[in-house]
Amino acid sequence: MMSRWLGRFIAIVALSAGSLAMLFPLWWMFVISLESPQRAGAAAEGGGSIAIWPEEVHWSNYSEALRQIGTEPWQGFLDALSNSIVITVLVVIGTVLSSSLVGFAFARINFRGRGPLFILMLATMMLPAQVTMIPLFLVFRTMGWIDTILPLVAPAFFGSAFFIFMYRQFISQISESLIEAARIDGYGMFGIWWRIILPMCKPVTAITAIFTFIFVWNDFLGPLIYLHSDDQSTLALALNSFRNQYGGLENVHLLMAVSVVTMIPCVVLFFAAQRAFVEGIGSGAVKG
Amino acid sequence: MANVRLSSISKIYPGDVHAVNDVSLEITDGEFIVLVGPSGCGKSTTLRMIAGLESITSGDLFIDDRKVNSLAARDRDIAMVFQDYALYPHMNVEKNLSFGLMRRRRYPSRLRSIFSGVYRKNRAAEQQDIHDRIRRSADVLGLKDLLNRHPRELSGGQRQRVALGRAIVRDPSVFLLDEPLSNLDAKLRGEMRTELRRLHRQLGATMVHVTHDQEEAMTLGDRLLVMKDGVVQQCGPPAQLYEQPANRFVASFIGTPEMNFIEGVIEDGSVFKADGDVRIQLPKDRWPSLSVGQQVTLGIRPEHLELASDGDAMFRGEADVVEQLGDRTDVILANDHRRLTARIASGSGLGEGDSASLRADLPQAHLFSTDEDGHRIATNRRHNQQTSDVQD
Repeated sequence: MMSRWLGRFIAIVALSAGSLAMLFPLWWMFVISLESPQRAGAAAEGGGSIAIWPEEVHWSNYSEALRQIGTEPWQGFLDALSNSIVITVLVVIGTVLSSSLVGFAFARINFRGRGPLFILMLATMMLPAQVTMIPLFLVFRTMGWIDTILPLVAPAFFGSAFFIFMYRQFISQISESLIEAARIDGYGMFGIWWRIILPMCKPVTAITAIFTFIFVWNDFLGPLIYLHSDDQSTLALALNSFRNQYGGLENVHLLMAVSVVTMIPCVVLFFAAQRAFVEGIGSGAVKG
Repeated sequence: MANVRLSSISKIYPGDVHAVNDVSLEITDGEFIVLVGPSGCGKSTTLRMIAGLESITSGDLFIDDRKVNSLAARDRDIAMVFQDYALYPHMNVEKNLSFGLMRRRRYPSRLRSIFSGVYRKNRAAEQQDIHDRIRRSADVLGLKDLLNRHPRELSGGQRQRVALGRAIVRDPSVFLLDEPLSNLDAKLRGEMRTELRRLHRQLGATMVHVTHDQEEAMTLGDRLLVMKDGVVQQCGPPAQLYEQPANRFVASFIGTPEMNFIEGVIEDGSVFKADGDVRIQLPKDRWPSLSVGQQVTLGIRPEHLELASDGDAMFRGEADVVEQLGDRTDVILANDHRRLTARIASGSGLGEGDSASLRADLPQAHLFSTDEDGHRIATNRRHNQQTSDVQD
């Protein structure tokens, strides 16, 4: 009895310590974003003590920070926000459509060379992005796509190895007879993919969408390489230019405010889609 | 409705695996035919070739006298019910039923009909038609209250009904049923069997049903096609298969409990002699082709064995297992040489371990050759119809 209680206690302590360690930076970011410039600077430099809550809450830091992005007040922020939204939405749509389509083909269509092609596709996952960065840049420059969103968006419509793999694994478990039934019902492979497979893949699609969203939303390197003009900038990029502009640490409270704003969509999305993560739709499809 | 003709159809999988070998079969309009055999006998493959889900290696397939070998499944005007029902899990029952109809619209191109201005009118008429069809088949199968439910909210029997309904709404030429009852519990299976039979009568449709359950096959089929290792063993009405099995395999596959087989040799004067001092005087003239010294297998169904007094006993032994079935009792009689199953009337008072004697109703017995195909040895027609015991 005693040891059981002790085990529970240790587990709770360990988990609490773990989550505190994970939450602290986020909390601190939030606190600093509300501090006065002096206290924020001091805290960042290590001169001040770490406060759980600011002495005086400066909500105006947020409007101040957003106004200062880019050259024109507010305009820079709105540009960056809309660019981020457009790129992220397109990439999410492209990744889901292309990965599920290719995953379906790998899982359910017998074609010559399916095995080797699948291995080849998996092998591309082993390549670090840095290896292909320069060749890719040269390709896109030749195509005249530099300083447009195309290099960031177009590749998404050609599938992503990891998500193709996920879709393939999921679709392999869907009963073959469902596909055959749809064939008899008069649908071709595209019809089956669109009307049967995609709706049944909701859990995978949710994961794909969320991961892609978070990755693209926060992606810094891609936009940094391909986007040069101010009005093409994304939020992640804007965040960085912000920091350079105000170098040093005296405006760290503004930097933190923009960081918090940038983070909001990811957090909201995660909580909204949490159910889809765990919900399986396959139950009841076939004998159960 | 339509007839279906299989002409020397074979299916060979890569690696020279002969799944189906030279199957010929004529299914007449409105017939209920059952493909039956042990698992791996090629019955499902045959069905899937009729459906168009499996390509035909050689031979021709005709539906309504039209060769359909290379026709896609959707163009064959067939409907299939799958073993696992294959209901679309993300659609409710109504959508499941209408899914196939949506694709068979008379005005498939929305764009074209919008331009020609008849879109709205036709679409409304079409929706009404689909709606009517769903109502009708829902009525037939008692699905009316379930139309808004999803498959996961249905019981096994209800899912089975929806799967049948999905086939019925399409009003196909041929129904193909791939072991549709095997996932149901025994009671429900019996009910659905009756229902299938009723549906067949009501729709007058051509139906091809696949099962490994010979009892299901016997009760459902107008005709049975028994297969083994991709080869047709026999095709005919249930009674014919039961009374005149073509070979030892069919004889053992049809009927429960399984037929008893006794290896032996023919001696002078139509006497069948087997190990364990078994000497049976066979009915004279029943098997005109028998010759002295011929090795044969005697086949007797358990229901054609009865308890005997010592005088006319053919087999003696000990009742090893006695299974009460209510009005009948299955007895397994064992001695040093063989085990025989007999189905006798209850109330004999026979208990396990008692010694007992059995005699066979010889006019109902069969002789099979002992070679590999084990074909049934032809009998004299006159003797087939005789039911009296002709034992001397």
